[in-house]
Amino acid sequence: MMSKQTPKTRNRQFADRMNGPPGMGSNEKAKNFKKTWSQLLRYCKSYLPVILTALILASLSAVFVVIGPDKIKDMTNEIQNGLPALINGVPIVGAIDMSIIISIGTMLIFLYAGSAIFGLIESYIMATITAKISKNMRSDISRKINKIPFKYFDKTSYGDVISRVTNDVDAIGQTLNQSLDQLVRAITLFAGSMIMMLITNWIMALTAIGASVIGFVLMIAIMSKSQKYFAEQQQGLGNINGHIEEIYSGHNIVKAYNGGKNAKKTFEHFNHSLYDSGWKSQFLSGLMMPLMMFIGNFGYVAVCVVGAILAMNGTIPFAVIIAFMIYIRLFTQPLTQMAQSMQQLQRTAAASERVFEFLAEEELTDESQKLQKLENIQGNVEFKHVHFGYEPDKPVINDFSAKIDAGQKIAIVGPTGAGKTTIVNLLMRFYEIDNGEICIDNTPTYQVTRENVHEQFCMVLQDTWLFEGTIKENIIYSKQGITDEEVITVCKTVGIHHFIRTLPNGYNTILNDQTNLSAGQKQLLTIARAMIQNAPLLILDEATSSVDTRTEKIVQEAMDKLTHGRTSFVIAHRLSTIRNADMILVMKDGDIIENGNHTELLKKGGFYAELYNSQFEQHDQ
Amino acid sequence: MIKIFKYLTPKDWAIIGASLIFIIAQVWLDLKLPDYMTEITMLVQTPGSAMRDVYIAGGYMILCTLGSLIAAIIVGFFAARVGTSFSQRLRSLLFNKVESFSMEEINRFSTSSLITRSTNDIIQIQMLLVLALQLVIKAPIMATWAITKIAGKGFEWSMATGIAVIVILVLVTFLIAFVIPKFKKMQALIDDVTRVTRENLTGLRVVRAYNAEEYQKTKFETANKALTDAQMFTNRAMATMMPVLMATLNVLSLAIYWIGAYLIEAAQAIDKLIVFSNMVVFSMYAMQVIISFIMVVIIFIMLPRASVSAKRINEVLDTNPSIVDGKEAAGKPDLVGEVTFNNVSFKYPDAADYVLDDITFTAKQGETLAFIGSTGSGKSTLINLIPRLFDATKGEVLVDGVNVKDYKLEALYSKIGYVPQKAVLFKGTVESNVAYGDNRSDDDLSIDEVKKAIQIAQGTDFVEKMQDSYSAAITQGGTNVSGGQKQRLAIARAICRKPEIYIFDDSFSALDYKTDRALRSKLKQETAGVTSIIVAQRIGTIMDADQILVLDQGKIVGKGNHKELLNSCSVYREIAMSQLSEEELDDE
Repeated sequence: MMSKQTPKTRNRQFADRMNGPPGMGSNEKAKNFKKTWSQLLRYCKSYLPVILTALILASLSAVFVVIGPDKIKDMTNEIQNGLPALINGVPIVGAIDMSIIISIGTMLIFLYAGSAIFGLIESYIMATITAKISKNMRSDISRKINKIPFKYFDKTSYGDVISRVTNDVDAIGQTLNQSLDQLVRAITLFAGSMIMMLITNWIMALTAIGASVIGFVLMIAIMSKSQKYFAEQQQGLGNINGHIEEIYSGHNIVKAYNGGKNAKKTFEHFNHSLYDSGWKSQFLSGLMMPLMMFIGNFGYVAVCVVGAILAMNGTIPFAVIIAFMIYIRLFTQPLTQMAQSMQQLQRTAAASERVFEFLAEEELTDESQKLQKLENIQGNVEFKHVHFGYEPDKPVINDFSAKIDAGQKIAIVGPTGAGKTTIVNLLMRFYEIDNGEICIDNTPTYQVTRENVHEQFCMVLQDTWLFEGTIKENIIYSKQGITDEEVITVCKTVGIHHFIRTLPNGYNTILNDQTNLSAGQKQLLTIARAMIQNAPLLILDEATSSVDTRTEKIVQEAMDKLTHGRTSFVIAHRLSTIRNADMILVMKDGDIIENGNHTELLKKGGFYAELYNSQFEQHDQ
Repeated sequence: MIKIFKYLTPKDWAIIGASLIFIIAQVWLDLKLPDYMTEITMLVQTPGSAMRDVYIAGGYMILCTLGSLIAAIIVGFFAARVGTSFSQRLRSLLFNKVESFSMEEINRFSTSSLITRSTNDIIQIQMLLVLALQLVIKAPIMATWAITKIAGKGFEWSMATGIAVIVILVLVTFLIAFVIPKFKKMQALIDDVTRVTRENLTGLRVVRAYNAEEYQKTKFETANKALTDAQMFTNRAMATMMPVLMATLNVLSLAIYWIGAYLIEAAQAIDKLIVFSNMVVFSMYAMQVIISFIMVVIIFIMLPRASVSAKRINEVLDTNPSIVDGKEAAGKPDLVGEVTFNNVSFKYPDAADYVLDDITFTAKQGETLAFIGSTGSGKSTLINLIPRLFDATKGEVLVDGVNVKDYKLEALYSKIGYVPQKAVLFKGTVESNVAYGDNRSDDDLSIDEVKKAIQIAQGTDFVEKMQDSYSAAITQGGTNVSGGQKQRLAIARAICRKPEIYIFDDSFSALDYKTDRALRSKLKQETAGVTSIIVAQRIGTIMDADQILVLDQGKIVGKGNHKELLNSCSVYREIAMSQLSEEELDDE
């Protein structure tokens, strides 16, 4: 039902995809790399032994590969025995000892097979573990959402939280899967081939290392220069995405005001500067691959030439050149891999940081100790000297007291932004009061659990919240043991039964993007949901403001049935609907400034009277 | 996928052609390396060779590598230029196309989908194109050239290489057949997780009020498990790729030497050395062949995503706007400010029922005409027909006595000051938002006129309180001003336009009653002679209109002024009663 991404998430995904060339990773950096990683390791604690095993396997797999060229060298040596050679000036044709070739070959097959099997097992383990870790993280975040005080969501957008569940966890899963083992394997390969080269022949080893270093200095120089263009490209993308989003969503205005020409001009300007920075960063990042090739080839040539000279001097057998030709590949490859995985680890840290930040948010207080329970209550509610502020230094409710008898209707009115919902928040214990107490049947609500408080209320909000699921599921929601008959009875009472029956699958019709329910019909469904709860207290928070006045009448009738016999709290911006309330609380700028019934308040001639009259005042003329 | 490349210009093709030459040069140079290696091998193995010859061969090798690097850089340069300029062009085409759309096309695609198509999808194409220009062309050339070079050198070696290629192809076929589809499905699973999370977040109050935390958790875990299972499968499948590729490479080079041993043993004494150097060189060429195939694999993995993107972009580019320009630049001079509907009916394409059914009315110059009715009665649709955001299915809509379809769109729009239901503000300043579009086209538009418009729209107070007042920054979507302030700025924009006709589509809903009234009376005073067409929910907003039309299910069920309708129209009375009390109605 609500599948639109916020611009923020969209841009983030965008940034992920666009950051640098493939394999370059993202520029995202964690604020505290070390701390986050130790947090991440602690989080994966139960998997650590398995991960460690995987890493050892990765390392072994690499070691086997490193041994390979040395064996190939032995093999080549043996093959060379079969070549014509000058011994004491006499050309002699030797014979190849095939049994040696076979034994070396068999051994290498085992080595490579071993390496592949270890590699497979290791990759399999890492793939499994990272999927599991991602799953746990998603579960934990989702669980956390329902444990964090509302306060948190006052300052955080939903898009932000959603992006942690999806983008960040995804990034962790992917990078963890690719980075850790790749890093270990690369380091092993790098160190291993370096050691093997040095053992085999130090002159050639230094040649190979020297050639690679020259190449890498070149590469780093280019890459550091390209950072600037990547930043520019990101900026350019941000600009153009913002502009596109704005113009597309304001399409009717752009058309009706002939604003298209200007919009195009701005667009072309952004588009051109994006092209400018885009091709530069694209080009520079595209250099990575040719440069890597060049480093490989350059090392290869250096090894060949130096090797040839040494071979001709008789310092080394030719086979060493063959071995080095493979070593140079094993040696240069891991360098880029190490750079890549370091960037990946950075990304893991950046994403983990955001996930852990959220998981570390303060939770609602634990209430498992509270044994007292509200049961079969009458519905008397009393506010005793209530003090409350959303922020500690900004009190919005000062010493509010009121006594409400069971079955009364209390209306809360005031202009938009006056804080009418605050009362609901306090009643439901969505927020905790700073001082004083709210009692239900003389029991202070803080003495029982939040769940127990919630059980006493049915609630209908302005925002008709329906989820993707059948109509029946939406009405029953989390209530246990509700029969179909009860659902039908309730729907008949609110007058939506007939409509539901006209839908293709009746009560089993799935509500989603495609189903077209009017605002009124949605509201009636949420009223039915509240009725199913059948709780003694009722909250109606601007329940009719999103429907037109005719539909409102129908909804109002349904709600009157709901308020019957319940203590009800009604927030309304249409004053005509609440004139019959037993008590009206008038709020302004977050504070309750007047209270009393309609006649009393009108007589008083205060803010309520002004508000009420302005609604019906006739035109000036 | 191929279709999208028709948007490449001849210049692009010329550059691609040029880069083809450099790619061939690069391949030639790359394959030259092993040739020199053969020479060196021969020199080393032949007793008594001159050291100088090794240096010369070595020098050529260095030149080859450098040359290959330069060629690669040039190709990279061309690819980057073509790729980004292609995406620039596509983006521009797409943007202009969307600009030409009517609301009908916009709604069909949905705004958010159009945004993704203009941004992410284009980037996908760009990345593929850049990579393809470098790899797709190079890989086959490299593979075939290398194969021809080694073809005659030993059947057994070619066999081994062939087997390695087959292993890789089998692996890739498996991945493409089984894993790529899973990747595509994954997006739907991620969407599920996002949807459940979003549900929980937007319904936080409901979830907690109904103690439904466990219920939500179960729901989330179902989605989470489905996603994890899919990820587990793809992760594991992809995990096989690297070890298998590596093993293939390693075993192939081993096989070449192993086979080599037998070949040398079998060769004549004279040929032994040639076979040996062939072996060394062959192992190098074989690597090139394998690497080429791996490159093609990379492209194949990227292809499905990019082709989906290409399809989505083509869909937009191939859609023709249903609303096209007419010829008339002006209306009939004696009918200025008059709006007439003659038997107008409207239905959305593919819809069964008409939203509007046989609507007829005329609003004369300077009159205020109001529409009222319940949600879904067709009010907004009706007034959207005037600025041609949609076209009438039957009947005709006349503005200044001319059918709106016959107008040049620009001419039609300049007659109308339109304020939609949802106020739209753009990134910029208060002034730039009020003096928007061709409001500004007469360059003499002074700040005083902007001020005046804001004053009529009852916005002076809050604008002057803002930092920088009229030059105060407005963020994208106007998130830094309140709903009521947004509406007033949107109204000021319409006033600033000095139109012949105002269209207010429920534009006063976020204003409190006091401001609503003050605004309308001021507007009447200051802009006499301008026709107003108003849609509203509140009786109070439209009570004093010259003519009120009551809509119910797309039909006009009442016509007249407030008093007449109270007596004659039951729907109107019902609406009025729900908002005003009996006494207040009697007061009239």
